[in-house]
Amino acid sequence: MNLEFSEDQQFVQQTARDFLTKHAGLDICRGVLESADAALDPALWKGAAEMGWLGAVIPEEHGGAGLGYLELVLIAEEIGRSLAPIPFSSSVALCTEAILAYGSDAQKQQWLPRLAAGDAIGTFALAEGPGETDADSVTVRFADGKLRGTKLPVLDGEAVGVAVVVAQGERGPVLALVDLGAAGVTRTRITSFDPSRSLAKIEFEDTPAERLGAADGGAERVAALLDRAAVVIGFEQLGGATRAMELTREFALGRYAFGRPIASFQAIKHRFADLYAKIEIARSNGYYAAWALSSGSDELPLAACSFRAAASDAFETAAQEMIQIYGGVGFTWEYDCHLFYRRARWLAASIGSASAWRDMLVTRLVARQGDGSSPHDD
Amino acid sequence: MDFNDTPQEAAFRTKARAWLAQHVKPRDPDAIAANVLGERESAEVIQQAKDWQTLKFDEGWACLTWPKEYGGQGLGRLEAVVWGQEEARFDTPPNIYSIGHGMLGPTIMAHGSDEQKAKYLRDMARGQVVWCQLFSEPDAGSDLAGLRTSAVRDGSDWVLNGQKIWSTGAHFSDWGMIVTRSDPNAAKHAGLTYFIVDMRAKGIEIRPIKQINGGQGFNEVFFSDVRVPDANRLGGVGDGWRVAITTLMNERVAIGAGGGAGRFRDLLKLAQQARRNGRPAIEDSAVRQKLADFYIKSKGLQFTSYRTLSALSRGATPGPEGSIGKAIGAPMGQEMAHFALELQGAMGGADDGGVVPQEALWQGMYLGTPGLRIAGGTDEILKNIIAERVLRLPPEIRVDKDKPFREIPTGSVK
Repeated sequence: MNLEFSEDQQFVQQTARDFLTKHAGLDICRGVLESADAALDPALWKGAAEMGWLGAVIPEEHGGAGLGYLELVLIAEEIGRSLAPIPFSSSVALCTEAILAYGSDAQKQQWLPRLAAGDAIGTFALAEGPGETDADSVTVRFADGKLRGTKLPVLDGEAVGVAVVVAQGERGPVLALVDLGAAGVTRTRITSFDPSRSLAKIEFEDTPAERLGAADGGAERVAALLDRAAVVIGFEQLGGATRAMELTREFALGRYAFGRPIASFQAIKHRFADLYAKIEIARSNGYYAAWALSSGSDELPLAACSFRAAASDAFETAAQEMIQIYGGVGFTWEYDCHLFYRRARWLAASIGSASAWRDMLVTRLVARQGDGSSPHDD
Repeated sequence: MDFNDTPQEAAFRTKARAWLAQHVKPRDPDAIAANVLGERESAEVIQQAKDWQTLKFDEGWACLTWPKEYGGQGLGRLEAVVWGQEEARFDTPPNIYSIGHGMLGPTIMAHGSDEQKAKYLRDMARGQVVWCQLFSEPDAGSDLAGLRTSAVRDGSDWVLNGQKIWSTGAHFSDWGMIVTRSDPNAAKHAGLTYFIVDMRAKGIEIRPIKQINGGQGFNEVFFSDVRVPDANRLGGVGDGWRVAITTLMNERVAIGAGGGAGRFRDLLKLAQQARRNGRPAIEDSAVRQKLADFYIKSKGLQFTSYRTLSALSRGATPGPEGSIGKAIGAPMGQEMAHFALELQGAMGGADDGGVVPQEALWQGMYLGTPGLRIAGGTDEILKNIIAERVLRLPPEIRVDKDKPFREIPTGSVK
């Protein structure tokens, strides 16, 4: 057992932090958030491509960097820390991942180099309105190479050009790859809870699309894809949670009341201790999940559920505590607390709520009960 | 980043398992976990625990992380984790050495003289002698440095007077480690001195304390003119606080790594057996959410402890990070037990192992876990430690820090 990231991996993380510190201050997030029409920061997206982040796990033959998932999650953590207003989770953790896992050689050749270069921006469209949408019950139909129906909300839907859509095929749910520039696509902007990450309604009317992967077993493929994405997105959440706590700590050390820093009051300190513990619990689950993802371990389905729920809770709690500890100014548009509050909510809503992942965790625990396969079982 | 055994760890696991299989029976994996908080060990069980420890010592499986010269095996912390995982698969006597081997031994190694290390550590590892800790006092619990048991120099001896409390296992211990006030005119933390005491010395009286769960794990220990040779002093005169901190940091690693109480898998089984709304309780959404929370926290604590041990295995000393395990684990143990009793419905008000599910394991846990939240640093003290020593937030404003100890009000208003 060795629970350290390697020196090379730490170098990748440090490089990402340095780049984002320079190019993705919170003003960059705010710029997109306050803009009437921007769905991302184009310069930052270009930078992310040039840094090799968008193609981090894409093999070199398809224009990627050929790195592993341990590098990818550390990049995601840094993106989370900076609240970078770019569709990284949708394009890299979901769309690219789906094509890598299930695409034909032709599909990989067509899309992966463009996704790695940032020329194509991708997403994954599952949700169809309020509540949890599961693969078996989607109503968008895929037949004869055409998509028909409505996805709502589509993650980063204003920013993207290609989508992996979960649709009903002839033998159950399938994944369909669709170029959103094709005929028969109507895209409508949806006001996002975090306007630095857009959302859209996308209607398909006999839109040409290709099936991604086999005609059956779609529900299993969706579940496996979401497990993998949950680990990467979880690190983005972990980064956001950690940064929110750090900024709140700085604030509390500098804010005086009753003649002393508010950070010296136990009422405040205990909130910090609870938050720190919550983030560390998420982080430790995250390291396990990252290891499971990177090593192809059978532990991934359980680890992904645990980490995703913990990471969503940690980031949302950190953002809530941030506003509470900042006090009145934390509730103003001018201060940055709401940037964290919004991003935490957006990411938590993005691939299934924390409570949905907890429910799935129990289903999986029961299924695996008592097989004693892991030395880490207790 | 690799949660799997290294080849060396895997080989060690195989070797450990083979040795265990030769000497003890495997534990039935479906058996209900023992109530480790019951603390009703008989003299017979204590002797079994000692004999098991001595067998391990004789065959090279005791105190794995200790240096060989002190009776250990000079192995890493991660091998000790592997050993712990394997030993847990077997039906072994209870561990009565967590304080000695986990806390007091490391303190002697850090602060003891060569003579003290040679005299005590090997015997401590062999386990026929048992050690206890004499820290808390009736008026000095969370505020440990407020302790008043006095040590007065008299020739080559020190004379101890006062009262210690909450001393786990003192009633079956041979040696104790005690923090005393050697200078009431010095500032609070500066006037303390640490000693090793023979628990059979004249003037020591041990009175077991009956706990809310009926157990008698800990004791009041009274000192009346107890003579302790100066050779038993650990660290310098007035340096007792620094020595005590070493013990406490190791304590939190020991408690944190050991986890709290109750196994998740027993809770999962209970949720499948118990019924709610005419269906198995595990089909109830509220039940599922709670189960998931407990699992996520349990795994998070387990892996946080692994992270700490992984860092320690590269030579770090135990730091305040170890406080998380206990700060989260102890209250979670109580919450798990309470939730289990909720699942039992009306039977959750009973405490009869003959009729209550899982031999009333969770009733025992619910009565035992309040103690875990207090012993070795209360929830509140641990949060202070996390806030002040991990997150570097300002310490409490102190009114007792720079004045002579005798001028500081202590204790309770009677």
